Amino acid sequence: MTEPAREALTPEELAAEWEESKPPAAGPVANLIAAGAVIAFGVAGILMSLSLGAGSLGEPDAGSWPLVVSATLTILGIALAVRAGSTHDAEQFGRSSLTVLAALATMVPFALVVGVIGFEIPAALLAFVWLRFLGRESWRVSIVGSVLMVVVFYLIFVLALGVSIPHLF
Amino acid sequence: MDSISPVIDGFGVVMQPENLLYCLIGVLVGMLVGVLPGLGPAATIAILLPLTFAVEPVTAIIMLAGIFYGAQYGGTITSVLLRLPGEASSVVTVFDGYALARQGKAGTALGIAAIGSFVGGTVSIIALTFLAPLIAGFALDFGPPEYTALALLGILLVATVSNGGRLKAVVAACIGLLLATVGRDGFTGAERFTFDSLSMADGIDFVPIAMGVFGLGEILYNLEQRDAASRPPAKVANVWPSRKELKQSSGAIGRGSVIGFVLGILPGGGAVLSSLAAYGVEKKVAKDPSRFGKGAVEGVAAPETANNAAATSSFIPLLTLGIPANATIAVIFGALLIQGVTPGPQLVEDNPELFWGVVNSMYIGNILLLIMSIPLVGLFVKILQIRGSILAPITVLITLIGVYTVANSTFDIFLVVVFGLLGYLMKKFGFEPGPLVLAFVLGSLLEANARRSLILFEGDVSGFVTRPISGVLFAAFFIVVLLPLAAFAWRWRKAADAELAHPSGTDGTDGADDDSATGADDTTDRGPADTDTPVAHTTRKEQP
Repeated sequence: MTEPAREALTPEELAAEWEESKPPAAGPVANLIAAGAVIAFGVAGILMSLSLGAGSLGEPDAGSWPLVVSATLTILGIALAVRAGSTHDAEQFGRSSLTVLAALATMVPFALVVGVIGFEIPAALLAFVWLRFLGRESWRVSIVGSVLMVVVFYLIFVLALGVSIPHLF
Repeated sequence: MDSISPVIDGFGVVMQPENLLYCLIGVLVGMLVGVLPGLGPAATIAILLPLTFAVEPVTAIIMLAGIFYGAQYGGTITSVLLRLPGEASSVVTVFDGYALARQGKAGTALGIAAIGSFVGGTVSIIALTFLAPLIAGFALDFGPPEYTALALLGILLVATVSNGGRLKAVVAACIGLLLATVGRDGFTGAERFTFDSLSMADGIDFVPIAMGVFGLGEILYNLEQRDAASRPPAKVANVWPSRKELKQSSGAIGRGSVIGFVLGILPGGGAVLSSLAAYGVEKKVAKDPSRFGKGAVEGVAAPETANNAAATSSFIPLLTLGIPANATIAVIFGALLIQGVTPGPQLVEDNPELFWGVVNSMYIGNILLLIMSIPLVGLFVKILQIRGSILAPITVLITLIGVYTVANSTFDIFLVVVFGLLGYLMKKFGFEPGPLVLAFVLGSLLEANARRSLILFEGDVSGFVTRPISGVLFAAFFIVVLLPLAAFAWRWRKAADAELAHPSGTDGTDGADDDSATGADDTTDRGPADTDTPVAHTTRKEQP
């Protein structure tokens, strides 16, 4: 970040600066993919609603309402696809997006083992990975931090609030 | 008078030590969260939902309400000291707040904001106290068609005033409505979209959706956007504004209270829109508008008053009609449903303790806010120095552990991860998550009422428009749908004409024009990382 030799002052300059610091906008392909996903979702909804029974206006069936919503969704998706070239509110995915994937990957093992071995070890491991590898903290901060977090969570969740999270100790 | 005693009983409810404590915790947590850029009020309330299940409904809502309006004030602190709006509703405060801070008057700005917040909040509660029972009484006659119209209009309004693309916001709302249909159909007993999974037979719970789309989605999004370099905060001295400054901003505080109250009631209005409107009004009525942006106290007083007033008055549609007016209130609505309380016109009659307890807690909350905000500024400045890389694992663990405890279900952890990914992708692709959650919350109410109405009308849809109240609401609905379409067609024609006049090299100008037309609507609870302003939008040029 450029520092304060010349700081923006007017609202317009500030707004422009915020605008600049935004991640770059994604291109029409990304917008088309998003529109395609919406259409696919809508069409799937229509098909499943029809199999539930579309009913009639006087006697709506289980599928009637989802059918109306899915049809609306499909139409909106088509409108999005038409406008894909002129929309700029989607953001590009970059290298840093991989961080998000890694973050999601840490949560799956947490969910798998928490019911079996309690929350302490998985939570400490998750915190450690987030601190050290996703957050690039030092080894010391990461180790102390993750242990400290688990201790505090234990004190709050298990001892103070008595919630039903499985725990080892 | 008969109607006074429940109000007074309500104070009795608030004064119970447990409720007072939770009110204090709520306001404090709200301020903290407001200070920490990254998580908005909707995300925070979503993440803390599991903690509220252990306490009484009144206590839970008192705490959640405290978080909501506490966050409005907390966002001010970062706006003034760091030039970073902690909440979307404090974006305009940056302009004059930070300018004041640079002149060594950070304390004044914070002090005025605290006083304005207190006044705005209190004016709003007083108005709420009188208005809410009236609206509830009026709404008692509402039948299924009226509720259908009201829910549709509410969802549409929230979607249309969202940041970014309206089309995308309506898409998000439709996805929310579809998610709400998962599970057993209440009318026919048919299993819908469950894919034969037992865990889905009762539908998707609100908690994993809110925690995933709002909470985890925002955490993941911030993880990617993390701003490594943080600025040293401005020094704070002398928080008490002078008599002259108070006098100077009294008009702004008065106008801000009214604007905030009115806009807060409207669906989709809320804190963000009202802070923008209040700032705009002050600039218009000022004798010397050029002072704005250079450290005008009114430029801090007006939006800060308005956002607190709006945060308070947005409880009116929730408590009287059972229709949440914005995304944050939608989460509180979900919390009430989980507690077994269905907000609506009957609430004030059937459950006066809860109704007046929540309303009156706001008086106390506002006083707590005023008392704590000023002395705690130093603490907040310290908290600002905590790095995002340390906060992220804390919030993610609270989310994962919290969602598990609601139903002791590992499946819910997976759901929260899936919805977290969805929330992240939505933000990346420019879809607001707010309308999705709001539509999900209102989905079953909307469907049930629409179906009941159709059965009532024996399939004749004209019944919706021939009843006076639902007719008016549907008229409003179609105006909201058709107006942007008409505007779009008009602009498209204008652009086509311009293209004819200047066959080449027209890039940019028309696009900028388009954006300024929608700029004033760009409001909704958003994380500050992607905080947008109307000004920002007008500066963005569209590529041909």
